[in-house]
Amino acid sequence: MSGMSTGADLGAIETLRRGVRHSPELTAGIRVTLALAVLASAGQVVVPIAVQQTLDKGIGAKGGPDVAFTLAAVAISAVAIVLTACSSYLMTSRLFTASERGLATLRTKAFRHVHDLPMLTQNTERRGALVSRVTSDVDQVSQFLVFGGLLFVVSVGQMLVATVVMAVYSWQLALVVWVCFAPLFLSIRWFQRKLSHAYTVVRQTVGALLSAVSEPVVGAAVVKAYAVEARTQQRIDAAVDANMAAQTQAQRFTVFSFSLGGISAGFANAGVLLVGVWLGTETGVDMTAGKVLAFAFLVTLFVGPVQMGTQILTDGQNAIASWRRVIGVLETPADLDDPGEAGSTLPRGPIDVRFDHVTFAYPGGRPVLHDVDLAIAAGRRVAVVGETGSGKSTIAKLLTRLMDPTEGAVLLDGTDLRQIRQESLRSSVVLVPQEGFLFDDTIAANARYGRLDASYDEIGRAADELGLGDWLAGLPRGLDTRAGQRGESLSAGERQLVALLRAQLADPDLLVLDEATSAVDPALEMRIGRALERLMAGRTSVTIAHRLSTAEAADEVVVVDAGRIVQRGPHSELVTQQGSVYDRLHRSWVAQQGIIDA
Amino acid sequence: MSGDRPSRRATTLDGFKVLWVAIKREPVLFTFSTIGSALFGVLTVADAWVLGWSTDHVLLPAFDGEDVGVDLMWAVLGLFVGVAILRAVGIVARRLGAGVMQFRMQAHTRRAVTRRYLALPMEWHQRHPTGELLSNANSDVEAAWSPIAPLPMAVGTVVMMVIAVIQMFAADVVLALVGLLVFPAVVAANLVYQRFSSPLMTRAQQLRAELSEVAHESFDGALVVKTLGREQEETDRFARKAAELRDVNIRAGRIRAAFDPALAALPNLGVLVVLLVGVARVGSGATVAGDVVTVAYLLTIVSFPIRSIGWLLGEFPRSVVGWRRVKAVLDTTGSLPYGDRRLTPSTRGARLVVEGLGFAYDPEQPLLRDVTFEAEPGRTVAVVGATAAGKSTLTTLLSRLVDPDRGAVTIDGTDLRDLAAGELATAVAVVPQSAFLFDDTVRDNITLGADLPDEDVWAALRTAQADGFVAALPDGLDTRLGERGTSLSGGQRQRISLARALVRRPRLLILDDATSAVDPEVEQRILAGLREVSTGSTSEGGSTSEGGSTSKGGATYAGPTLVVVAYRKATIGLADEVVHLADGEIRDRGTHAELLERNADYADLVNAYETEPEAVAE
Repeated sequence: MSGMSTGADLGAIETLRRGVRHSPELTAGIRVTLALAVLASAGQVVVPIAVQQTLDKGIGAKGGPDVAFTLAAVAISAVAIVLTACSSYLMTSRLFTASERGLATLRTKAFRHVHDLPMLTQNTERRGALVSRVTSDVDQVSQFLVFGGLLFVVSVGQMLVATVVMAVYSWQLALVVWVCFAPLFLSIRWFQRKLSHAYTVVRQTVGALLSAVSEPVVGAAVVKAYAVEARTQQRIDAAVDANMAAQTQAQRFTVFSFSLGGISAGFANAGVLLVGVWLGTETGVDMTAGKVLAFAFLVTLFVGPVQMGTQILTDGQNAIASWRRVIGVLETPADLDDPGEAGSTLPRGPIDVRFDHVTFAYPGGRPVLHDVDLAIAAGRRVAVVGETGSGKSTIAKLLTRLMDPTEGAVLLDGTDLRQIRQESLRSSVVLVPQEGFLFDDTIAANARYGRLDASYDEIGRAADELGLGDWLAGLPRGLDTRAGQRGESLSAGERQLVALLRAQLADPDLLVLDEATSAVDPALEMRIGRALERLMAGRTSVTIAHRLSTAEAADEVVVVDAGRIVQRGPHSELVTQQGSVYDRLHRSWVAQQGIIDA
Repeated sequence: MSGDRPSRRATTLDGFKVLWVAIKREPVLFTFSTIGSALFGVLTVADAWVLGWSTDHVLLPAFDGEDVGVDLMWAVLGLFVGVAILRAVGIVARRLGAGVMQFRMQAHTRRAVTRRYLALPMEWHQRHPTGELLSNANSDVEAAWSPIAPLPMAVGTVVMMVIAVIQMFAADVVLALVGLLVFPAVVAANLVYQRFSSPLMTRAQQLRAELSEVAHESFDGALVVKTLGREQEETDRFARKAAELRDVNIRAGRIRAAFDPALAALPNLGVLVVLLVGVARVGSGATVAGDVVTVAYLLTIVSFPIRSIGWLLGEFPRSVVGWRRVKAVLDTTGSLPYGDRRLTPSTRGARLVVEGLGFAYDPEQPLLRDVTFEAEPGRTVAVVGATAAGKSTLTTLLSRLVDPDRGAVTIDGTDLRDLAAGELATAVAVVPQSAFLFDDTVRDNITLGADLPDEDVWAALRTAQADGFVAALPDGLDTRLGERGTSLSGGQRQRISLARALVRRPRLLILDDATSAVDPEVEQRILAGLREVSTGSTSEGGSTSEGGSTSKGGATYAGPTLVVVAYRKATIGLADEVVHLADGEIRDRGTHAELLERNADYADLVNAYETEPEAVAE
């Protein structure tokens, strides 16, 4: 997780403040929404007041029930109820709109920011975790804002209004109600902590369950071939049981905290009635039967919030945690700054490359490249070789500005990479990665990542240029053949071909190739080789080579060892330098291939 | 996939049928929670009655100046608190019972589904997408039993409504009629709400899945996106889905915003009508104030739980669809039949004979036709062919993941189909191209629970060239691997998977392009180790058992017979014999040198990669 801010150090209030700053839509018109919320909450006391008025002045009126008064009271109440309903509608729909708009913005910003993060950070974070930042984490915040948050605001509003009304009727009885509910309020935090812990355990067991259930599915061949069905079933059963136990435990806390609200209400009702009677008869306090009864209705306004309280607090805590994580992504610096308009634009045509005393170290790590000085003339074809871990792939990452050097500079046509506009850089320099990653779309759509507006004809022409025309024609639906998830409907070699087609459409001036190490079908391998050959024609190219053949075919070979360039020159020359690093690599290659022929 | 997908619309009746399955399975819990819920219902109504009773017997008399006895005061306290406590007991029984019932049903179903997965043959697995099978065991199970949670509450609410109505009638017929108008109105409003909102909920769920797919794919392809400067286009793609989800959520929110206040207002308006009518009736002496209070209070407290009926019905469509999918798996029968033959224990390699093998998923497109070859004990056979020549199909037949349509595979003269269950695995180990790692420690990934000493595990890791990186892992053999543990590179995974096969000292080892992601140099060292084993060098079966000089069956392990599917020339060079496969048929058999000489197709295939630079140079 190094490099990615988790936002864990943010307090709840600070999280809210920054959350709002990232999604200004959240607070748009918030005053009106809050005013409506006050109206909607206040409306909840209409019925208790109507009951009190009717009992005391309607039914209990001196000289028999007063229908006219009751009619007036009821009419006023009805209007109030309708107004309450309207303001409640407006409030809720405004809240939904503001939250969803704000969170869609937040999601999209965070998504974009993930792509702007340096590769370095992208790799240290698990992809799945990044995905959940822009999906489930945002959903969690959204759910809370529009359900829990709404309920919380309304509930607290209800309780406040109910308390005010109670205090107006009788502060003594209001006190009785509060005393009855006090133990519950005080224990909410305790319950909430327990609940929060219980749900953390539930989530952990769900993770274990998902993983156990995937074994007989994803690993079906292994489970069957090794006849470990019984063991697999045991592991699943254990995960299922653990999940059930954790769910039951969490349910237990939820239920107990929920049921306590009702018991408190029982005490409050009895207390209000008895104390009310005592106040009315034994003391000089102004008390009526209607007021006492109104309290019974007002107490119901307390029960709901208290019952939901623990759950809301737990959800709220989770939502804040999720929000923090999303903000964490947004506030992780994208330390590769695009100079934008101020930057320079590379002229088209073959590019010359210079590494000017470049040193690179991952943060807190030892340098993986030391003081590398290298010049590549425009149009040259260079192969970089070296053992695993020698630093050769770092050269590719620096060349394509996936990372910036710690010291020194990488210059293209004499301009520091950091001064070049991203847009210009990305159109002039193209990396063909080891694994040809494809999107779940057609081959044509995948190729268009190279040039967005490429027509079918242009894609077809590019394919012909690379000698891939007959391969495309042999596919079931040609350019419309779907690649499948991550391109898995195509073989590894075919994915490479599409990646090359994409690069051809992009028409770069500097081509950086990270050669694939996986073995593929030899016939395809040959095709890939030919296509590569044509792709490199007329361009400067730097290949991170894993193969002898690539090094042999290059104009020049650069040998990297332990982060330094130790040899340079054409293959034919290097191979004669006995005892050198290249000599050693060369011998090992020959040994691999010649094992039969020798 | 489409064949299994239920397309029928789910009706309410279907929903009850699914629930009936759960009730039959957990009758005690259902009864317990329903009684709890009924208790809650009865006592909620009783609460209103207590209030009414207290109004008539204590409150009003007291305020009229009558002397209310201490006994009655105690009765009020006892009634209110007693009812509240019993009601809490009802809540606990209802919610805990329903929760536990739901969790248990999920557990039952998950166990049953995964048992089917383990029993069903490989062929069935191959026909079903992984994602579908995973959701059958996870989200579909959850969906199927989601209505259990609101079920007892709904049942209790019905009880409560019935009692409330009776009590209202007992209090006052006219006031009761008013109440009778409110309840159906609330139920109807709930149903209408469900009808409007559930399609939106379903759509939102679907959009969330799509949004997640876009993010997943885009982040997976981050290198492509970044190096081609396509961040803005990707963001637009994501933003379009996010906006769609936002709009659906807002629409669902507006519907909710309209219905919630309406549902709250209905009983409130009912109370007002009751008050109005009540005043008139009290005036005419038809009823007393207490009864008016009772009816009004009943309306207030019973209206809210009515929502639970809506919640229950709202879960039905999801539940029915989920259950149908789960049921489709549970109802699938079939498994590989086993014989009762056993293999004679031996430490030598096994003799493999493949005789006239034919196999096809689709009769129009046979994958293998009349494949015949044999491998003598301790020998190595390489299977070479272009993509889709049938190599991987052959390995699945050799390890009996599927059975042939024609011909037979025999090991030491016994047809694989005659072997007892589990017997084949004692002698044959297969290493697939895509290595599967369990969410478990390195050790358990290799032993798979078998009781093997650590020396053997290390020896196997050594031959697989995996000892170095495993030793460097934070907890060595105890390091957790898999999704929630340390992640390894593709080549490292393949090497762990290879060690898993080697540690069993198999008599037949099948490598299906099992080192494709391993660095060629490292692969060389693995192959050297394997060759030592397979040539039967008497030195303890090569490095496989070095250090662990224990031997299988008392004799020395002489290494396996090897069948290797490979592309790399160096791998093929290991073989005593090469089987050249093309379009599902054997084109040629012989040594590598023989085939190179007499078979131009083979030479092209094998030499393609090595000759490529020369071709380029010309």
